[in-house]
Amino acid sequence: MKFGVVVFPGSNCDRDLIHVLEKVLQQEVVVLWHKEKKLPDFNRHDCIMLPGGFSYGDYLRSGAIARFSPIMNAVVEFANSGGYVWGICNGFQILCEAGLLPGALLRNINQQFICKNIYITPADVASPLSHSLNPGSAYKIPIAHAEGRYYADQKTLSRLQQNKQIIFQYCDEYGQVNETGNPNGSQLNIAGICNETRNVFGMMPHPERASEEMLGNTDGKLLFDSFISYADALEVDVIDDLLR
Amino acid sequence: MSIVANEPEVSLDIARDLGLLKEEYELIKTIMGRNPNFTEISIYAVMWSEHCSYKNSIKWLKTLPREGSGLLAKAGEENAGLIDIGNGWACAFKIESHNHPSAIEPYQGAATGVGGIHRDIFTMGARPIAALNSLRFGDITQEKTKHLLRGVVKGIGDYGNAFGVATVGGEVFFDACYNTNPLVNAMSVGIVRIGETVSAIALGAGNPVIIVGSATGKDGIHGASFASQDITEDSHEDLPSVQVGDPFQEKLLLEATLEAIKTGAIVGMQDMGAAGIICSTSEMSAKGKHGMDVWLDKVPTRQQNMKPFEILLSESQERMLLIVEKGREQEVYDIYEKWDLHCVQIGEVTKGDHLTYFMNQEIVASVNADSLVLGGGAPVYEREYHAPAYLSRISEFSIASIPEPDNLKDAALKLVQLPNIASKKWIFEQYDSMVGIGNTSSNAASDAAIIRISGTRKALALKVDCNSRYLFADPKKGAAIAVSESARNIICSGGRPVAITNCLNFGNPYNPEVYWQFVNAIQGMGEACRMFDTPVTGGNVSFYNQSTDDGPVFPTPTIGMVGILEDFDERMTLYFKNPGDLIYLIGESSNDLGSSEYLSNICGITYSPAPHFDLQEEYNVQQAVRSLIEMKLIQSAHDCSDGGLFVTLLESAMVDNCGFDISSDESLRKDAFLFGERQSRIVVSVSKDKQDDFIEQLLSGDVEFSMLGEVTDSEIIIDQENWGEISTWKKYFDEAIGIEMKQ
Repeated sequence: MKFGVVVFPGSNCDRDLIHVLEKVLQQEVVVLWHKEKKLPDFNRHDCIMLPGGFSYGDYLRSGAIARFSPIMNAVVEFANSGGYVWGICNGFQILCEAGLLPGALLRNINQQFICKNIYITPADVASPLSHSLNPGSAYKIPIAHAEGRYYADQKTLSRLQQNKQIIFQYCDEYGQVNETGNPNGSQLNIAGICNETRNVFGMMPHPERASEEMLGNTDGKLLFDSFISYADALEVDVIDDLLR
Repeated sequence: MSIVANEPEVSLDIARDLGLLKEEYELIKTIMGRNPNFTEISIYAVMWSEHCSYKNSIKWLKTLPREGSGLLAKAGEENAGLIDIGNGWACAFKIESHNHPSAIEPYQGAATGVGGIHRDIFTMGARPIAALNSLRFGDITQEKTKHLLRGVVKGIGDYGNAFGVATVGGEVFFDACYNTNPLVNAMSVGIVRIGETVSAIALGAGNPVIIVGSATGKDGIHGASFASQDITEDSHEDLPSVQVGDPFQEKLLLEATLEAIKTGAIVGMQDMGAAGIICSTSEMSAKGKHGMDVWLDKVPTRQQNMKPFEILLSESQERMLLIVEKGREQEVYDIYEKWDLHCVQIGEVTKGDHLTYFMNQEIVASVNADSLVLGGGAPVYEREYHAPAYLSRISEFSIASIPEPDNLKDAALKLVQLPNIASKKWIFEQYDSMVGIGNTSSNAASDAAIIRISGTRKALALKVDCNSRYLFADPKKGAAIAVSESARNIICSGGRPVAITNCLNFGNPYNPEVYWQFVNAIQGMGEACRMFDTPVTGGNVSFYNQSTDDGPVFPTPTIGMVGILEDFDERMTLYFKNPGDLIYLIGESSNDLGSSEYLSNICGITYSPAPHFDLQEEYNVQQAVRSLIEMKLIQSAHDCSDGGLFVTLLESAMVDNCGFDISSDESLRKDAFLFGERQSRIVVSVSKDKQDDFIEQLLSGDVEFSMLGEVTDSEIIIDQENWGEISTWKKYFDEAIGIEMKQ
């Protein structure tokens, strides 16, 4: 598989993500400029990543302008055909604005930008991002956002729960999902979700900032490892089927 | 020279209104051989303002050590300092003030301060990788201070977070002397391959002069002149002098500019900061010993019908001036077009040394480039100075007049909740401290921020420091302490101090007492920089930080120091690791409460001497700790500074929720032992199996050291008295500022 990292004007975690994918995880990466209208040579075992940052300055509402970037039509099409799309922070906000994920990300409950280490726990291990993580364990991953309070109406929340679309919930350092562990006032402590078909993921915490020994935290790398092993295994299955 | 329509004929009154002295106006007429028109006098007024010309400081700045083996650019030669950090990399860094704008409009003032300093770094071709800041505010209980603090912190955060450079360190200090005049000093640190830097120079007659980035508006006109005056009750009327920041444009400008440099078509480049187009065109021309023809009607503007002097002096943000090799313009246009930025030719480089500005083919100003700039024709003054009257009150202080507290624990509890001591997390959590994945200190705290250089084993150690209360008591000693403490922090983090940048914040230089503070601070700084072999690479001077109500601020020469770790494995952290480890104090204690936080804000004493400090002793202590780190004999190192020994121990203990059990020195007052701020002391922890080697190594040198006690599971015990759980202390320490800000 390979990764495509989209660079919007104002993206600022693109270089970090590319570094981790290439240098730490030894993955093939294609950098995609927002003005491109097509994704070059991507198949549904590949993954398009929307990085964090302040696309278009986030001046209107986070992600609200980026969704109109020329490349987003191709990204939506790719997602609808079953390809993996993964948004982190501003990328999550863009996916919600683009309608690929339900709900919205509102201003943090304290009305301030928050950058710090927080803990998340997998709400479910059915998703590629969490399938090799331990339910109940707390993973330390930093957040850095002003608009990260997940909000959706009750119907949507129930549907997310029924379909096991909540991937990560904020928790305390012991893995308990409670108010103490919720940094921004998100409903149901939601830190990350996926779509019904589990190929589009969005999360506010930054796993790419917690993927190297030198930075003193490698919990984020566990998420990438989980995803890559899941996707690689599927790809091998498909190739085996074809060969048979 | 024709007079531009609707502009007044220039007289002494007009020159004075623009901030020029009578003798300066006469000098301008002599230089020009005629009376300047309004545009021209505006040009001189802004270029000869204190902010641009350093006319009242340059004489003394030149006494600072400004050369060293690792320097790739001398102080003042480029937009920022440039040092060789090995492996083919250089580090560009600089600190700058944005005090006056922040006093009036804290959000935009601070935001554009951050934007401006990052531009200084990337205009040299370096990618900024870290930001630091040094902030001073008045009494935190005042609503006005809270308003300024909220605005400044949000301004720094909103700009830096969106621009995408981690804020990795800083300091915040509160004192009533800053009630009217807060200080906002921002530092940027970038890296660049040696040989790929760009110079702020205009060369090659016929080469096009190109403006890139934002359109030019009416914001910030006369901003540099505004920053060269005292703040008065009418200062809010100068609001148009404050610029407005757009971090999104700056991010685009950064990426486009670094991409454009790669073409090799760029001859010279300078960002537009104070005094806008006039400053960039004149400084680049003077440096390159060339002239320029500039067509002001070609400059993209936000408003219609902007006057020539407005276009020239506008301090609109996120703009750069480029000199491009003739014939290769298109390569550069294409890159800025890709990033959706303006990129327009507005003139060309000429032979000679003359700047000619046109508006619709008509000459609107004609001036000699060299006559405008620092080191050229800008005036240089020697100001008179004498020792301030208040010093006699300082020398009257005697520690015997201060009774020892009845309850030390209560005093300590108050101390850790004072805004100068308590955790600044309410502030720094609003800054993105991790973007760029270079900051290794997020999960392993050190006295200085440790930033890795991707692709190498090297790291930078960064620190800003200045205890201005010490400078108020003794500016020479206080400035030497500011340099020493920066170096101490870098040593405690495993680094080697290399160079400094400085931001010199003082009151009105025409006040002889203020100028005495300035001169003495420079002398103390110079002595310490020579001792640590850390030359000054540049920075800025901000005078006129005073008001009619509050007088001058404490002398505040902020030091921004850069150190190097040759190998990341040399990194040392500040926190206790294991219960049972031994705690030692390296350096000497004494009955000294001078200018301490305890004496000032618990005992309420305004006038007391600076704490004991000896430069040679400081150097020896630092070298001793450096050896201990190199020999891997210690588990942690944390310097003793504001709040004294108790606060140092608490900070080392809180990170991993350890406690400590120590005994005080019976020969000393307990308040002085726990809360005194005698300099040149470092607390280290040592595992028991290394104790013998540790002692042997220290005995081979000539520094004092003493055992304090040992690390515990979680309890704080002082002289066998239990002071409670670390978690309780941590809660008070962490939450004090947040609670105050809600009131």
